[in-house]
Formats: sequence, structure tokens, C-alpha cells
Amino acid sequence: MATSFIRKLVVSSLLFFSASVATAQTFVFTAIPDEDETKLVERFQGVADYLSEQLDVDVRYIPVKSYAAAITAFRNNQVQLAWFGGLSGVQARKLVPGSEALAQGVEDKAFETYFIANTSTGIEPADNLADLADELRGKTFTFGSKGSTSGRLMPEYHIREAFGEAPEDVFSRVGFSGNHTRTLRLVEAGTYQVGALNFQVWKKEMDDGNIDTDAVRVIWKTPPFPDYQWTIRGDVNDRFGDGFKEKVKQALLNLKDPKLLESFPRSGFIPVSNDAYEPIRKTAEEIGILD
Amino acid sequence: MFSYPTVRTSLIFVAIALVSLLFSDIAITSSNPWQDLGNFFLGVVTPNFFSSEGLMTALLRTVAFAFVGVAVGSASGFLLALVYRFLPVRIFCNFIRAIHELFWALIFLQFFGFHPLTGVLAIAIPYAGIFAKVYSEILDEADPEPRNLLPPGTGVISAFLFARIPDCWHQIRTYTAYRLECGLRSSAILGFVGLPTLGFYLEASFSQGLYSDAGAMLILFYVLIATIPIWVRPKLLPIYVLSAPFFLGEGLPIVWGNVARFFTQDIVPAPLRNGEGLAGLGPWLNDLMVNAALPGIWNTVILTQIALVATGILALLAFPLVSNHFGGPIRRTFGHVFLVIARSTPEYVLAYILLQLWGPSMLPAVVALALHNGGIIGHLIGRQTNSIRLRPDAPKGFNRYTWELTPRVYRSFLAFLFYRWEIIMRETAILGILGIYTLGFYVDSAIQNIHFDRALVLILITALLNIGIDTLGRYIRRKLALQTMPTC
Repeated sequence: MATSFIRKLVVSSLLFFSASVATAQTFVFTAIPDEDETKLVERFQGVADYLSEQLDVDVRYIPVKSYAAAITAFRNNQVQLAWFGGLSGVQARKLVPGSEALAQGVEDKAFETYFIANTSTGIEPADNLADLADELRGKTFTFGSKGSTSGRLMPEYHIREAFGEAPEDVFSRVGFSGNHTRTLRLVEAGTYQVGALNFQVWKKEMDDGNIDTDAVRVIWKTPPFPDYQWTIRGDVNDRFGDGFKEKVKQALLNLKDPKLLESFPRSGFIPVSNDAYEPIRKTAEEIGILD
Repeated sequence: MFSYPTVRTSLIFVAIALVSLLFSDIAITSSNPWQDLGNFFLGVVTPNFFSSEGLMTALLRTVAFAFVGVAVGSASGFLLALVYRFLPVRIFCNFIRAIHELFWALIFLQFFGFHPLTGVLAIAIPYAGIFAKVYSEILDEADPEPRNLLPPGTGVISAFLFARIPDCWHQIRTYTAYRLECGLRSSAILGFVGLPTLGFYLEASFSQGLYSDAGAMLILFYVLIATIPIWVRPKLLPIYVLSAPFFLGEGLPIVWGNVARFFTQDIVPAPLRNGEGLAGLGPWLNDLMVNAALPGIWNTVILTQIALVATGILALLAFPLVSNHFGGPIRRTFGHVFLVIARSTPEYVLAYILLQLWGPSMLPAVVALALHNGGIIGHLIGRQTNSIRLRPDAPKGFNRYTWELTPRVYRSFLAFLFYRWEIIMRETAILGILGIYTLGFYVDSAIQNIHFDRALVLILITALLNIGIDTLGRYIRRKLALQTMPTC
């Protein structure tokens, strides 16, 4: 125990000093905190190592506590690249002229939100959200983060479509769990009766055997929409040399390490443009998140 | 009994709290809260100190941010205290301390980002306002006699240093030391918004249900605070203060253009920024008031009033735990441990823990506020009863509590309670960030939607509300002729 403690102390002090010698030319990226932190750190430390090898510069990942913090760090040029959700990407690119969506996951072309319910509610799966209107009304409901696409924007849009009312008026209690994993845990535990989350998180947790299927089930799936993407600032070439942006893009598209892809979870990355996210922008404007 | 103004005031506040309860949202919504609570306590008794390599660094950063923040705050507060008699200075100080550390952090994060300056200023600014007020009160109470005895022609600075400071030095030191303890709490919770202090890891472990990891962090934090008298020595202080800035971590470099952008664009109300002119300002403000400010104010006030009375009840129940007039030394030791834990845990952390365990409602917030503030007041009046000497034939047990001691300490109890009224409201507003619908919830929502203009207006409203409650609290204390204590 004691030696392990000393070892950790030495490692942490080394980390501390190595952090202070990092130069200004470190390429820094972040990601929206949409899942448990341990998973994010593991995943993006892998990406940082991979990019550092491919790009031949120091690459550093910094974890943040909120979607807005990721957008702000990107906008303030404290990070140059970010793994955004559909909505956070649109918000960030609106704030940083010249920034570009580089690549999205194969699955992000047609992403979905799953509405899930605790089985104690007795709600059965349906094809249309409107069919569940009577059963959903008056229940408690949780979104994910306030800035999430699949955890907030799309579910709120569909709730407004189906009920013609704001979520606060439909449900007896509306909460924001913080992220998708937590939405799953809260609905599974019955803290909230119904919730909405990212379908990839659901599938991955299901494959890993982390879902108690007697306690929680999917009751509705949204139509597909574009979601997560890597977005880069427009001024990276000035700072890291000509063609740097293209190099980053190629590195992301060439990411084939199955373990790393599995951690996202995505089967690979494909090119994408800013225009692909027009539907997200329109939806966000419609429900008043973007002005 | 009902003719006593203190009793009448108390009953009015209890009545307000009861009415507030009718409008409040008090519930346990998780399906097996006791099992979760059990798991949490199991985690605390089986702490895992080796979970994260970052834990020791986080502890170091927590201490470093507290030292630098409190040092800067205390130095600026002292300078402000010298000119505190001027109304504009008083207004300025009231204003900066009416804004919570976490709100300051959220503001600085927008343009300094993850630079150490964000954390330092978030602590230093509100603390400067508090220091200015308390230091000036201490200086005012200094004995004027030594100054009157000085020979004519003594310089102002010499007179101040040699005739005024020595008389207040002890009090200034005691208060600054107390603030350092508060600084450690503030520093720890800054982690919840992303600074590299303890809260960062606490939030991460808690949200994943890693209770043993979270337990270890809490235990380390209690040990850190409980051992302050051992490791904070007057002789070591200069070393701590001078070396602390080197342990803040490097963060990310500041881009100064962001600062200009924040003040010239981000916080300018949207209609003005988009060239709609003053005509657009009305509807914008109206929307903000109806959909965010008013519901936020309503919930903040309701929750504050319930928490205030709950704090009072808890303090009155808790003070016998540490009073010499009840029980033996063993029970008192347990009493002390309980109250130390209650008051060392920041309300924000307590509320966060209870929200995870009981599900979202106002209940976790009320319990957290009552535990923390009731712990502080219970400790203070418990200590006060120790200086009371009872007659040998004084009643014992329950009668001693109800008819002897409580009436004797009731006035100072009320003084402490009304002093903390404003503090409770400030915390209530901030707990909104955790998802309770107080003002903090709407501030956080505005920031999450990148509407800094809206966020700033809401923060200003929160500050004004705090200043209002502070003024009201002072008025009531004056009306009831309650002695105020600066160190509470």
C-alpha cells in the first residue's frame, strides 16, 4: 500500500512538472462531457496519443465539466479541435467564423435518441410518440445535459411536436441528469420514470451487460438526425503550419484502431461539412436555443 | 412569552416558512434512497485513497488556490477597509461579496478560461468585499485611547501602525484564519465548474457511484481542515503564501482578445448587439423576467425561508451536543465530530451528495443548508453556553435545556441566524446549478446556451436580492437590539 502510494505521489508530481513544460505550440483538444468521466479520459487520452504520433506535435486533451465549457474553450482558442455534438458544434461554429466540421462518425449520419422508461410505469414501446401521449403525461422526465443534441434538443423538439406544449407542462417534473450514462442510471433506478438518451450509449451499455432489462426499456426511437463531429478552428494553419488542418482530417479519417473506435463507440470516421448540420441549426432555432 | 419581540419575530419566520412549504417541492424521488445512502456510508468507511493519480495533485491545488485567493482578498480587503467609511466603497464591497464564488468563476471562465487566474479571482474578489467589511468593523472598535495619547505631529501612518493595529491585531488574525478555512471550502467547490481542485474529482467519482473514491476525498478534506491549527503556523505562513502561486498549475494560456470580446460583445444585451436598438430591449427584458428571473427569485426566496428555519431548529437541537452542561465527555466528543463534519462540508457538496441519493427536489438543498449552517451556529452557541455558570440547584436534563440555557443564548442564537440569512440565500441561489430551480439554475441555463447577456442580468438580480436580504437582516437585528458578531 505504502509503496503504491509513494509511486502515485511521484507519478503525480511528474505529471505536474511535465504539464508546466508543455510549450505554447501544443495542439489542444477537448470533447463534450457526454459520458462518465473515466470513460472519456481513457478514450481521449488514446486519441491524444494517436494524433500526437500522426501529426508530430504535442497533443493534449483537457477534460471539461459542461458542454458550454467545451464551446467556450474552443471559441477562446484555448483548444483548437473538439469532439462536439450536433448542437454544440453548430453553436461553436457560429461563434468561431472559419471553423469547420472535419469528420463525423459513420453512425452520426443517422443518429437517434431513445426514449426509455422504468418498467414500473408499464409503458409499452410504440411507433409514434403521440400514441404514448396519455401514458407520458404527468410522469417525471429527465433530459441529459442542457446542451446535448440527442439528450435535449431532439427529445424536446419531438415532445413539443407530439404534445404542442413545453416539456415542463407535459411532465410533472423535468430534470437534466448531466449526461447519457446518468440518464440511463436514473431511469433504471426509478428516480425519473422516463428519460431520453443517445442510442449509441444505450447500445454499448447493453452489449457490455450493464443494463437491467427488467427495470428499464426503450419505448420510442426518434427519426434519424446528424450528430457528433470533429470541429477544428479556421486559424490552425497559421499556427501549426500549412496543410495542418488537412493532416488532422486525414489522421482522423485514418483512425482504424478497433479498441479506440470501440470506445467512442463508432465504426469509423467519414468526411463531413458544416452544411450537414443545417437541420440541427433549424431545430435549435425553432425551440429557441439558438437565436 | 408571546410579548417578547424575539419570540414574535421567531414565530413570524416560522409561519413564513410553513407557508413556503405549501408552495415548495419537497420529495424523495429515487426509488431506493436508503439503499443508496447506505452504499454511500459504506463507501466512506471503506475509503479508497489510491483511486486516482490526480488526487494528491488536486489536494495540493485546492490548498494553493485557497492560499493565493485568500491572501489577495485579504490584502485588497484591508486596503478597502481603510476607506470603507465612504459610501461608494461600501456599495462596491457589498456588491462584490453579494456574488458567489462560483458565479465569479463562471464569469471568468468565459474569457480567462482554464487559467489559474480564474480560480484565484473567483475567491479573491468576493473575499475582498467580506474582508473590507469585517476589517473595518474591527478597526472601528479599536480602543481610541492610545491614539489620543500620541504626541501632536505624529504621522497618520505611524499612528495607524502603532496605535491602532496592535489593538486589533489578534482579532484580525483570528478572522483571517477563519476565512482561510472558508477559502479551502470555496477552492474545493470550484472544481465542480472545471478548475483542477478537489471538487473536480469528487463530482466525477460521485456521478459514477464510486463512493469509496468519493469517501476518500471527503476524509482527506476533513483531515485537511481539522489539522489547520497544526500546519498553518504564523511562522510558516509567509512560506505558504509565497510558494502557493507556483502550485496553481499551468492551465491554458490566456488569450487577451477574449477579454475585450466578452466586455464589448458577449454581455451586451442581444437586441442592442443585433442593432435593434432600445426598442428591442423591452421585449428581451420582459422575456428574461417572466421565463427566468421571476420563477428563479420565487424559488430562491421560498427555499431560503424554509432553510433558514430548518437551520435554526437544527442549531437549537445541536448545541447541547457540545455543551458542557449536558452529558459526559464521550458524548461531547461525538457531538464535536458530528458538528465539525457538518460545518466543514460545503453546502454545495452536501446538496450534491443528497441530490444524487434522494433525487431532485428542494429537500436535499434544505437539508444541506440546514446541516451546514445549523452545524456552525450550534457549535458557536454550544461554546457560548460553556461560559454560563449555573446555580448548583439548577434544573437538570430537559428542563435545563428548555428553561435555563435556551432562553439565555436565544438572543445570540437569533443574531447568528439573521447574520447567516444572507449567506443562506447566496448559497440557495448557487445550488440551482445542481438542478434545483433557483436563480442559479437559470444562470447556468443561460451560460449553457451561450447567452452571457442573460446570465449577467440574472447574476445582477441575484446580487441585488442578496443585498436586500442583508439589509433586512441588519434592520431586524438592530430592531431587536441583537449584538452582531463579525466572526460567524
